[in-house]
Amino acid sequence: MPSSQIFLSLYKVFGVEENMNSTSTHFVPPRRVGIYEPVHQFGMWGESFKSNIGNGNMNTPSHIIIPANNQKLDNNLSEETSHGTAGTPHMFDQEASTSRNPDKIQRRLAQNREAARKSRLRKKAYVQQLETSRLKLIQLEQELDRARQQGFYVGNGIETNSLGFSETMNPGIAAFEMEYGHWVEEQNRQICELRTVLHGHINDVELCLLVETAMKHYFELFKMKSTAAKADVFFVMSGMWKTSAERFFLWIGGFRPSDLLKVLLPHFDILTDQQILDVCNLRQSCQQAEDALSQGMEKLQHTLADCVAGGQLGGGSYIPQVNSAIDRLEALVSFVNQADHLRHETLQQMYRILTTRQAARGLLALGEYFQRLRALSSSWATRHREPT
Amino acid sequence: MDKVVRMSSEKGVVIFSKSSCCLSYAVQVLFQDLGVHPTIHEIDKDPECREIEKALMRLGCSTPVPAIFVGGKLIGSTNEVMSLHLSGSLVPLVKPFQANLC
Repeated sequence: MPSSQIFLSLYKVFGVEENMNSTSTHFVPPRRVGIYEPVHQFGMWGESFKSNIGNGNMNTPSHIIIPANNQKLDNNLSEETSHGTAGTPHMFDQEASTSRNPDKIQRRLAQNREAARKSRLRKKAYVQQLETSRLKLIQLEQELDRARQQGFYVGNGIETNSLGFSETMNPGIAAFEMEYGHWVEEQNRQICELRTVLHGHINDVELCLLVETAMKHYFELFKMKSTAAKADVFFVMSGMWKTSAERFFLWIGGFRPSDLLKVLLPHFDILTDQQILDVCNLRQSCQQAEDALSQGMEKLQHTLADCVAGGQLGGGSYIPQVNSAIDRLEALVSFVNQADHLRHETLQQMYRILTTRQAARGLLALGEYFQRLRALSSSWATRHREPT
Repeated sequence: MDKVVRMSSEKGVVIFSKSSCCLSYAVQVLFQDLGVHPTIHEIDKDPECREIEKALMRLGCSTPVPAIFVGGKLIGSTNEVMSLHLSGSLVPLVKPFQANLC
């Protein structure tokens, strides 16, 4: 349970939200809520909280949970209200005695007021503690973001936290993630449309337009990635913006061009001899280009590793090595761009070789392939969440 | 620049690169895969590196390295080579310079 959620439950437990009229489940800072509640509710604020209020350690919030045992609370109540009187008479005895003596009633009321006052003060102090801790939590989460930005692995940085703050501090990457979300939506819409028209009747001119739109949509993604790579090349390279199954097949920040051909080609049964030859040549040249880039990437990895491991390891200094590595990382941006260029050209060549109808079927097949990968990712994720 | 003209006009495939440039290495690998042994000029090892860079840019290269010349003619950089290859036009271009394997 994330720390921020613990705060939400704690606020609920202490009745801070109860005074709100709205049905909103959003956390509301206690300042806006009437903290001062009727006296009888303060029976809950027993002695058990005294020790926890002074405790500023937010790493152990579990210590601040109210004991569910009401018996304990009643005992505390009697302890509170009998403050100052000799001994600790049983509650029922006290009630019996006050009905006969008006002075005792007054004293009882004064003690109640005092207990209530102290309880309010304790509650106020405790709520203030929670507030400070909440702010500290936000701060820590932001630091965590910064650490992620710098490449330290601290888990998946895509999801927003429960307090609604954006996870990433890099505006370029935040923009890309948002745009990519829209891109996928549009992609799904186009796939639907292609499916509909291919099962129905559509003239070649209109189909051509659909195909061109779909092609441009892929090219648009490559442009987006190029901009994102300049903002944070590691982010693009990691494929964190894709689903887990897609990431499994990742090659230099995206899908393998040769995979694209492998997915598409079985769907074209009627090809002319020229088409068969062209497709054959394309497969070969695509594979060769891919291999060349892969080997270039390997060399870059070796160079980078040598760079980082350069000089003395164990001496505690690393600034010159890190700086030198940063210089080399510019090359990574070029590789991502080059890989996307290869994807672009592969799509372009397929479009040139195929007829409009074949291209439409190909784009539909490709789109559905990626949809299946995304579906696989979510199925896999929920599979793990099911109780065994 | 005379030096660049001279170097680029050498027979066969000429690649201007830098020892640190991994993309140039990728291009090299591609040509080797096609049976061609390109002549590599690592300009960072040349004292006139900056002038060579400027000359290459003036000739029309978007980036100074890698710059690929085939038969004295400028092909371009990695982008152009990849596009040519995928369209099937690169192999005919380098055919005269393919090493005889027999």
